[in-house]
Amino acid sequence: MALPATVNDATAGAAHATPPAPGAAARRPASRLLPRLLLAPAVTSLLLWMIVPLAMTIYFSLVRYNLMQPGAHPFIGLRNFEFFVTDGAFVPAVMNTLMLLGSVIAITVVAGIGLALLINDPFPGQAVVRILLISPFFVMPSVNALMWKNMMMHPIYGVLAQLMRAVGLTPIDWLASYPLLAITLMIAWQWLPFACLIFITALQSMDREQLEAARMDGATYLQQVRYLYLPHLARPAAVVIMIEMIFLMSVFAEIFTTTGGGPGYASTNVAFLIFSQALLNFDVGVASAGGLFAVLLANIAAVFLIRMIGKNLES
Amino acid sequence: MHTPRKYPAAQVLRALVSWLTGLLVFFPILWTGMTAFKTELQAIATPALLVWTPTLDNFAEVQRRTDYLLYAENSLITSVGSTLIGLLLAAPAAYSMAFFQNARTKDLLVWMLSTKMLPAVGVLVPIYVLYQTFGLLDTRLGLTIIFTLSNLPIMVWMLYSYFKEIPREILEAARMDGAGLYQEFRHVLLPLGVGGLASTALLCLVLSWNEAFWSLNLSAARAGTLASLIASFSSPEGLFWSKLSAASMMAAAPIIVFGWFCQKQLVQGLTFGAVK
Repeated sequence: MALPATVNDATAGAAHATPPAPGAAARRPASRLLPRLLLAPAVTSLLLWMIVPLAMTIYFSLVRYNLMQPGAHPFIGLRNFEFFVTDGAFVPAVMNTLMLLGSVIAITVVAGIGLALLINDPFPGQAVVRILLISPFFVMPSVNALMWKNMMMHPIYGVLAQLMRAVGLTPIDWLASYPLLAITLMIAWQWLPFACLIFITALQSMDREQLEAARMDGATYLQQVRYLYLPHLARPAAVVIMIEMIFLMSVFAEIFTTTGGGPGYASTNVAFLIFSQALLNFDVGVASAGGLFAVLLANIAAVFLIRMIGKNLES
Repeated sequence: MHTPRKYPAAQVLRALVSWLTGLLVFFPILWTGMTAFKTELQAIATPALLVWTPTLDNFAEVQRRTDYLLYAENSLITSVGSTLIGLLLAAPAAYSMAFFQNARTKDLLVWMLSTKMLPAVGVLVPIYVLYQTFGLLDTRLGLTIIFTLSNLPIMVWMLYSYFKEIPREILEAARMDGAGLYQEFRHVLLPLGVGGLASTALLCLVLSWNEAFWSLNLSAARAGTLASLIASFSSPEGLFWSKLSAASMMAAAPIIVFGWFCQKQLVQGLTFGAVK
């Protein structure tokens, strides 16, 4: 197969003003070289993007480096790590990160499946409802945060407060009393459309004959959901979890714009903790140690993810 | 169609619940949009005003105070720029992996995705230092570079899963007929892969437009994007609600409307072809 291709390439190259490839006659060695050449730019830039900052982070994490204290950066071993891990904010930050990740994924998967089942069958205005449901996904995180903070959750003028007053309840100052819950809601709102649309897409590829047969046999709707719909949605659910994990590990803008990590550390996640070490405390060393910790955390998550992706790659 | 005809009541109820849920999910955007057309006093009126004479003053005011157009221009240039550069880097790599697969291809793909899992904060300090050294802080070029790199893994993955769907036989047939690399690309791969390229580009545009972490930390008054402009509204002046709403709408509306038109490709693309 390679041989005729070579011959044809050579003639084609001669016939055209622009030769298809530099040295089409040398197609055979090129067929090994070419894929690598095509890969090189992307791989090189990603490699640089990963290795250079990572190496610098490792270096910074081992020296004393505070922007407020100019001078030499003496080597101090693992002291930065010790400082970061024993900081009062560390444990809450890790817990908050995991809580946020877990709750948003749980909410979006459960509600996403429910919504997808709800609007799966045609009804008047289905397309419009779909557009309404999908919209939050395109709202930028900082706008999302401000919208919820001021329009929805403000204790005096917010819509939620007004609704609560209307039914005779005392309004809640969401971001002060339940900061993590409030942020979880915002982010779940943002990611629900994504989960929902994936489940809708998956439902459309269901085997209609199987459903028809189940109905003929008198399966109730609940039985159909339990034995036909849910098993079919297992794989899309894995995909949703995977993608959301990638994006939610480092939630930042929502926290930055609403609570600033507070009150106390109530809504500080690992990403925000590192940010505040670096740019608020000016401690590059400790922030770098924290960065490496975040990388470690991400790698633990990645191990699970890669197993899942691996399965998806097989099929 | 599916639900048996005998239960029209159930069907009506279902449609009703669907509509209500849709409106509920959309409500925050709708409310912000409405507030953008109110005066400040109307915006904080309790109980909330549902009928009023809309005003456009807020939009003019936002532009006057914050130079919205400059930020919009920055957003546009950085997101389009990073999308184009990203495609130039990702498409050849995805092509190579899809059509010249070898034992290491899978590892390479997984490695690429794992760089996306590297949290941005983990490398914030070194990137900041590097940018300072090379004078890239608060420049559009700097932001474009960072957006490109952080979206690159996802772009490669998406394109890879689209290219993989193209039957190899077609490419081989083209080669047999004497198509060179350029012709193969121009006349076979491009027409067949244009859907994949388009959805990859769309997703990259959305992600870059909405990106807030890097634009907040690496840019300020000169190269700041809309996402960082809005985040800076978080301070106490946030009580100017209708202006805040107007600014939010001006920042988010372009990409929301854009998203409406290409929702399906976008979300499907993000599943790396794992959900059909």
